[in-house]
Amino acid sequence: MERRSFIKKTVLSSFTALIGAEIVFGSKIQNGYTPLALQDPDPYKLFSKNKDMVILNDKPWNIEAQAHLLDDKITPNSSMFIRNNGRTPEKINPKDWLLTIDGESVKSKKTYTLDDLKSKFQKHTYQLTLECGGNGRSEFDPPAKGNQWTIGAVHCASWTGVRLSDVLKDAGIKSNAVYIGYHAFDTHLSGDPSKEPISRGCPMSKALQDETLLAFEMNGKDIPLIHGYPVRLVAGGWPASVSGKWINRISIRDRIHDGTKMTGTAYRIPCNPVAPGEKVKDEDMCIIESMPVKSLITYPKTGATIKEGKSLNIRGHAWAGELEVSKMEYSIDFGTTWTTCPIEKPSNRLAWQHFSAKIDFPKKGYYEVWARATDTNNTAQPMLLPGWNPKGYLNNACHRIAVKVI
Amino acid sequence: MSNDKEFEKKIKKAEKTAYLALFFSLIASILLLFAVYNPSLSIFGSQKSDAIYSEVIEDEDKIENGIHLRTGLIEAEGLMTVVNNCTNCHSAKLVTQNRMNAERWNTTIKWMQETQNLWDLGENQEIIVNYLVTNYPAIAKGRRMNLKDIDWYTLKN
Repeated sequence: MERRSFIKKTVLSSFTALIGAEIVFGSKIQNGYTPLALQDPDPYKLFSKNKDMVILNDKPWNIEAQAHLLDDKITPNSSMFIRNNGRTPEKINPKDWLLTIDGESVKSKKTYTLDDLKSKFQKHTYQLTLECGGNGRSEFDPPAKGNQWTIGAVHCASWTGVRLSDVLKDAGIKSNAVYIGYHAFDTHLSGDPSKEPISRGCPMSKALQDETLLAFEMNGKDIPLIHGYPVRLVAGGWPASVSGKWINRISIRDRIHDGTKMTGTAYRIPCNPVAPGEKVKDEDMCIIESMPVKSLITYPKTGATIKEGKSLNIRGHAWAGELEVSKMEYSIDFGTTWTTCPIEKPSNRLAWQHFSAKIDFPKKGYYEVWARATDTNNTAQPMLLPGWNPKGYLNNACHRIAVKVI
Repeated sequence: MSNDKEFEKKIKKAEKTAYLALFFSLIASILLLFAVYNPSLSIFGSQKSDAIYSEVIEDEDKIENGIHLRTGLIEAEGLMTVVNNCTNCHSAKLVTQNRMNAERWNTTIKWMQETQNLWDLGENQEIIVNYLVTNYPAIAKGRRMNLKDIDWYTLKN
């Protein structure tokens, strides 16, 4: 929008420049061509996002939430982060959409229309936590390359679709199947049609889980274009890049899928821990599977001031990849003491869990409320950054909010 | 008396002529301005907005307060080399978010050339990397930073 007022201003103020511009460029402009600057560039309107969402990148689109925007138990579209690797495809006619199941380990290559999916297989709805592998990357030192996510690349929406396992079994899975790899119809940033922006996947064991869906609805409605319309793979608890958007093909592979962003250093961490800044060879990098235990304080928004003697009610969510959160604690003295608070059971496996607490502060002053979740393997969130890794993945350090008692 | 009347008439006639001349020169200058400003007279047709579009292009590399407006990049030596080589495929936001040393930028460039269809940068590579490490240096963050830029507000109830 700034761009537009800028255009108006310069048109009014700079008559001579306008004359010059017209003489120089007027004849070169084709009829019907609308320069990019004049297309509606407001991503908040375009994607129906809350105005407090933060744009990290606009080519490709990468937009994250802030903690207080994620307060809902089921994340609404308006607060859901966007992570794109390529160009957003044009909205396709669902009648033209086809899903192909192929690969070395499919018994017979098969295609399905959207109606086939909806009529041949049973529908299931799950609330699933999807977190970007790089959520929290901005905190790593030395800095890691890529979009500098802070804390907002996570959401837990309700997804409806058919089980991937039902569809794969319908096509037939050979006994040598190892992995699935997805393919989609978004296009590469360079415009090169031979390149896929991203083509990831997961081992058969994850692909065949009940909660791994080929989803066609998000929060009870058609999936918005930016989140993968018409069909998206949803694999809760794993890096969200496994949950491919705009899916049109799934390959059952007899080896670990080798599509774009499966190899090299993408979505991989050092197999063995390394010192900050250490160089790691590609062959010493291992694929990320389940995401680590983590939590967010979604109420109140950081920066709250309260009167002395008043209690503070906090709440938020915690999740633990493939596991469940078994314990939730908070600290108002930088980890010197921790207080356990109730944590609800998930609405289904792989959904985030809700916690709440009522906090009393001993005296006036500056406080930070830190939250710490522990999973069923007794692994807790660290207060400091976890192990440094070259691509800045898996930062599950405790979230904290600032509070002043006056 | 008749001389006076004749003089008055002449004055009035001159006045009229002057007004006419002024009127015509005004019309002529407006037409001239139109002709210069909009030679095809398209302003009266359907291409009216083209003039505004071309203005955008003319100002594409405008710099205000040391910032290249279109990309948000800092104005410094090498700016246009960065704009022309590093903002075609991805946004400049991806560049400015990342803080790396020269070695890691060179590695990143190599990766983009091997996998993302980035062209050979030739002598421009040094200009680009120098621009980046000078204007977007890495900030030491340690193992955990203080909370900063806190927007304090009074919590109701």
